[in-house]
Amino acid sequence: MAKLTYEDFQPGQVLPLGPKHVTAEEIIEFASEFDPQPMHLDEAAGRASILGGLAASGWHTSAMFMRMMCDSYLLNTESEGAPGIDFMDWKKPVLAGDTLSGHSIVLESRAMRSRPGIGIVKFRHEVKNQHDELVCLGENATMIRMRLPVETSA
Amino acid sequence: MKMTELYPTGERAEIGSHLFTAENIVHFASRFDPQIFHMDAEAAKDTLFGGLCASGWHTCAAWMRTFIDYWKGETTRLLAEGIQPPNLGPSAGFQKLQWLRPVFANDTVTYGVTLLSSRPLASRPGWTINTILCDGTNQHGVTVIRFESTVLEFE
Repeated sequence: MAKLTYEDFQPGQVLPLGPKHVTAEEIIEFASEFDPQPMHLDEAAGRASILGGLAASGWHTSAMFMRMMCDSYLLNTESEGAPGIDFMDWKKPVLAGDTLSGHSIVLESRAMRSRPGIGIVKFRHEVKNQHDELVCLGENATMIRMRLPVETSA
Repeated sequence: MKMTELYPTGERAEIGSHLFTAENIVHFASRFDPQIFHMDAEAAKDTLFGGLCASGWHTCAAWMRTFIDYWKGETTRLLAEGIQPPNLGPSAGFQKLQWLRPVFANDTVTYGVTLLSSRPLASRPGWTINTILCDGTNQHGVTVIRFESTVLEFE
C-alpha cells in the first residue's frame, strides 16, 4: 500500500495516538541515560517530590509521544522530518503505570516554496493519561512529500 | 542563592559536549523514533537529510544529560565556595524548539545555556519561573539546535 502523502492530511483531521503503557523500568532506563534526577530514578524520591511518584523525564514523555506518532501514522507517511516544535507543555507528571493516549489534529497545510514537491503540515498534539488528564500538549509542523507536485503561485 | 544572583541574564554558559555515534543514534531511534533517516545509513541517503542523523528528540535528551552533569559540577563548585546552590525544580516544557541542521553520525554537539528571564510565580510564594535559552553547536561551529525552556526554582 502506498504511504500517506501531503494530500492525505486535511485541516480538522484527527489521528489517534497510543495507547502506550508506561513502566517503571523504562522510566528508570531513560532517566539513567539522559535525565538522572532522583524523581525519575526512584519511587520514594518521586513520591517525596512535587511530581508525586516515580515520574518520567519530560523528554521521555516527548520521546514516547514521538513513538506514538510513528506507530500511528508517521512511519506510514512520506515524512521528511520536522524543523522543530513551536511549543510543548508538560502539563502533568507521567507516572509509572500510566497509560497514555491522545491524538494529533491537522491545523493547516501548505506547499513549500523552497522545496518543490514537499508540503508543510501543521499539527496540534494532545496526550492524556488514563484519567483523561492532559499530560502533554504541543504544536509543530512536519515536512511531507506530495503525491503530485503542484505549481506554487508566486 | 538564586539563579539570577549567580548567572547574569543574557550571558551564555557552555555546559559540555556529547558525541553522537551511529550506534547510539540507531539505539535511540529504534526505541522512540524509528524513521528511516534515523535507522539506516544507506536508506537515509535518499532523504532530505542525506545521511544517518539523530532523532531531534535524541539531540534534546543529550542536552538534558549534559545539563545534569554540568549542574552537578556547579553544585559542587558553589558548595565549595560556601554558596547555597539554587534549588531547581522540574521543567514545565519548552518553546521555539528549532532543529536547525541534522546531527549526523560522529558529530559532537557542544551545548550552551543562557538565562533569559526570571519572574516570581504570583500563585506560589517562594517559587520562581526561569526561562533559559538552550543551544547546541556541532564541531564545525554550526548551530544545530535551539530552544527555550522554563525551569522552576524554589526558595
